[in-house]
Amino acid sequence: MATLTINGATITPAASDDTPLLYVLTDELQLQGPRFGCGLAQCGSCSVLVDGVETRACVTPVAALDGKQVTTLEGITAYYAAATNTPWRPTTPLQEALVTEQAIQCGYCVNGIIIKGTELLLNNPSPSEEEIRQAMNGHLCRCGTYPTIIRAIQRAARTMATASSATAQGGATA
Amino acid sequence: MKAAFTITRRELLKRGGALVVSFSLPGTAFSQSGRAPVAGPPDPEQIDSWIAIHQDNTATVYIGFAELGQGCSTALLQVAAEELDMSMAQLNTVGLDTHITPNQGGTYSSSAMRVGGPQIQRAAAEARQALLSLAATALNTPASSLSVSNGIIQTADNRRLSYGELIGERLFNQPFTGTAPVKDPATYRLVATPVPRNDIPLKVNGTYRYLQHLRLPGMLHGRVVRPPGQGAYGDGIRVLSVDENSIAQIPGARVLRQNDFIAVVAAKEWDAVRAAQALDVVWERPDSLPGNDALFNRMENGPTNERIAVDEGDVSTYALAAVRSSFQATGPYQAHVPFAPNCALADVSDQDALVMCSTQDVYNTRTSIARLLELPPENVRVQYHEGAGTFGHSCWDDVAQAAALMSQLAGQPVRVQFMRWDEHGWDNFGPAHIGKARVSADRNGKLVSYEYEGWQHHWSLIETTAQTATNTPAQEWPAFPAQQINPRTLGGMYEIPNRRLLNHHVDGLGYLKGAWLRSPLDLSFAFVSEQAIDDLAFQLGMDPWRFRQQNITNYHWRDVLNAAAEAANWQERPAASIDQSGTLLRGRGIGVGTHLASYGGAVAELEVNTATGDVRILHLTGAIDAGLVVNTSNVESQIMGQLVQTASRMLLEEVTFDARGVTSLDWSTYPILRFEQCPEITPVIVQRLDEPPSGAGEEVMAAAAAAIANAFFDATGKRMTHYPFTPSRVLAALA
Repeated sequence: MATLTINGATITPAASDDTPLLYVLTDELQLQGPRFGCGLAQCGSCSVLVDGVETRACVTPVAALDGKQVTTLEGITAYYAAATNTPWRPTTPLQEALVTEQAIQCGYCVNGIIIKGTELLLNNPSPSEEEIRQAMNGHLCRCGTYPTIIRAIQRAARTMATASSATAQGGATA
Repeated sequence: MKAAFTITRRELLKRGGALVVSFSLPGTAFSQSGRAPVAGPPDPEQIDSWIAIHQDNTATVYIGFAELGQGCSTALLQVAAEELDMSMAQLNTVGLDTHITPNQGGTYSSSAMRVGGPQIQRAAAEARQALLSLAATALNTPASSLSVSNGIIQTADNRRLSYGELIGERLFNQPFTGTAPVKDPATYRLVATPVPRNDIPLKVNGTYRYLQHLRLPGMLHGRVVRPPGQGAYGDGIRVLSVDENSIAQIPGARVLRQNDFIAVVAAKEWDAVRAAQALDVVWERPDSLPGNDALFNRMENGPTNERIAVDEGDVSTYALAAVRSSFQATGPYQAHVPFAPNCALADVSDQDALVMCSTQDVYNTRTSIARLLELPPENVRVQYHEGAGTFGHSCWDDVAQAAALMSQLAGQPVRVQFMRWDEHGWDNFGPAHIGKARVSADRNGKLVSYEYEGWQHHWSLIETTAQTATNTPAQEWPAFPAQQINPRTLGGMYEIPNRRLLNHHVDGLGYLKGAWLRSPLDLSFAFVSEQAIDDLAFQLGMDPWRFRQQNITNYHWRDVLNAAAEAANWQERPAASIDQSGTLLRGRGIGVGTHLASYGGAVAELEVNTATGDVRILHLTGAIDAGLVVNTSNVESQIMGQLVQTASRMLLEEVTFDARGVTSLDWSTYPILRFEQCPEITPVIVQRLDEPPSGAGEEVMAAAAAAIANAFFDATGKRMTHYPFTPSRVLAALA
């Protein structure tokens, strides 16, 4: 029986070990971030972070996650604060940028966009447009909002750069 | 964990006498307050059917249009706030509900702002007038001396009274006459500005409740069981045998069946998913479809019904015209494939039913579900909850019927979500099309004649659930123009003395299920028509923008053509006039078109790899004249979405099928455009403050399809005669 950590809480799912993680998250825990899109790991709507790596919950059996740290959209603000060693805020720079850019339409894809975008920005704080497109290429959006999502990721990168240079300057003068 | 959706239909119905019904779903952009739920539609002639004022000086606006991700739930509130002299923060709306909201018709054909905008505007103006009249009595002063700001009425001598104090939680009890004066556009505070959408913060922080998140107490999870990919619509589905033992090992899973409708339910969702996959059903699968290879041959040579849509002047003038172009081309079946497969929840008793779904038309869905369940329509309550963007008639009626039937059969509430292959395989596809154009111009480049013939079938009226469960024969929608060749996109933008449009209606029962898909058929129409027009310009050695410009007199068409050209920095030269070497050829193209209203113009820039056949669209510029644009940010976003989807549909999207059924069943067999392929996008709004809104959800796609096709010609000197532009088709065209 697998035991995994979801957004910091240790969980032993009631579901059998071969159950895909997605159904534990949606059916058992009733989380709203990860959501069913294809069940085939093709679209990215079910994405979560597993030990910091974007993973498709719809095809990942619970058994494969024993002892792993799973972060969903619900836990992304805490994850981001810990990863950047910054105080917790109710939204991440990427979430704020998606609102500022009015980046989405139906928004069903945005779970995967935030999960993958967060992974990208933490690994590469100032990605080029090419790097953004490459990183995000496994995530589909039927509404066609790719251009504004790219802009939002670029905006979030600028916000993060400003915040970290402010921190660095603060550190230098202290 | 957040509490699931726990209010039941019976609780709701019991509260029928209460004035305020607490029905707020935590985390949605909507609250349901101010209205006792009774079977609708509410009387549209009453102000109370549209607007309720609350004691805290806020208002609820009842809107009959669905938030589909296009932002209309924000834009329609802008219209109401403008007329009521209230702020956006003081207004909210509720989800569509046949027991609450008015019937404004379905959310089709860009109707939310085109139809809903003026209705909400007049209702809000009427409410304001009624409020001022009440205030005049209460304050003993003439209404004409009162001013209003943020819902607070002020007299000339600075006495104040809020809307909430005047009438909070009470009914107006006044008729909606439609005669109250509306605001002068010169005084707009909110209309024609980019007000941020109400729903986006909730969607981004994960608290927005999509339909897919809703749960009913005591519900089962269900899945439909069908062959993988539909066959011919008229054949329906025939079940030869079902082996219920094949799912015996899955806890709690059981089969529901009514005639040829087969489904499974289970307490846990994963068990329902597994059971649907494991259930051993033998289907009859006739080899009766034409398949992709024989499709157009059968459409053109099979039985058809003819209708002349336009017949003006004498098109035999073609024979003597200085330049002539005869061009034919075809467009594929394409799919809606919303990002979330369609979903519905139902709670059906022998007396009544609650159905929660993503229909674009709650009242029409109520009718079809009442018929299926054999209940009176007023005993059926249908609610709209947002799912993923659907872009037309995807499987939302089908899944709503399936959930209702399954709840009836199971005797419990049921939640049904289609699997990806159900959605891809059993969609109501945008129909395939054959178009033939013959156009001509004189030596000076003035259009002389325009002929167009188009072949396609109509939309499917009977959903798969009803077809299989009740053995209702397949049937197409009765003939009406939106399913047929579109005179506005087919030459309607040009001054042409001689014009004839002939529609060939193909009997759809031997083909795939059809329905409206965003800008129905217009991409195919423009793909044929605007390439023929472009060819005339080419033969005359004229710049294609200049040629169109001199054949257009209508200012709407002229302005979108010019706005797109200007934004794209269009430089005049004839098409295919640049000498290019190497394997990467660049081209630019222009086009105009629309759907039923509004006007679209577009410019495309692309690159063709002559070695691989890959086409990369580099930049799309799209201009829309949609009359008054209430929310400019929303419409820019709509233009972006239309342009990206058009790129996707022109380069990648095609439903594949063989004689037995559809074979494109997921995102790998039916690919759509991805981040790396996405062109740069420039949206352009031609704003008309003094004209009514005419809709901006689909009106630039035809123009963009044409611009892409013409850019391909500019790059290569060859015309594509079928889309999508797959590498093999491109290489064949270049050979």
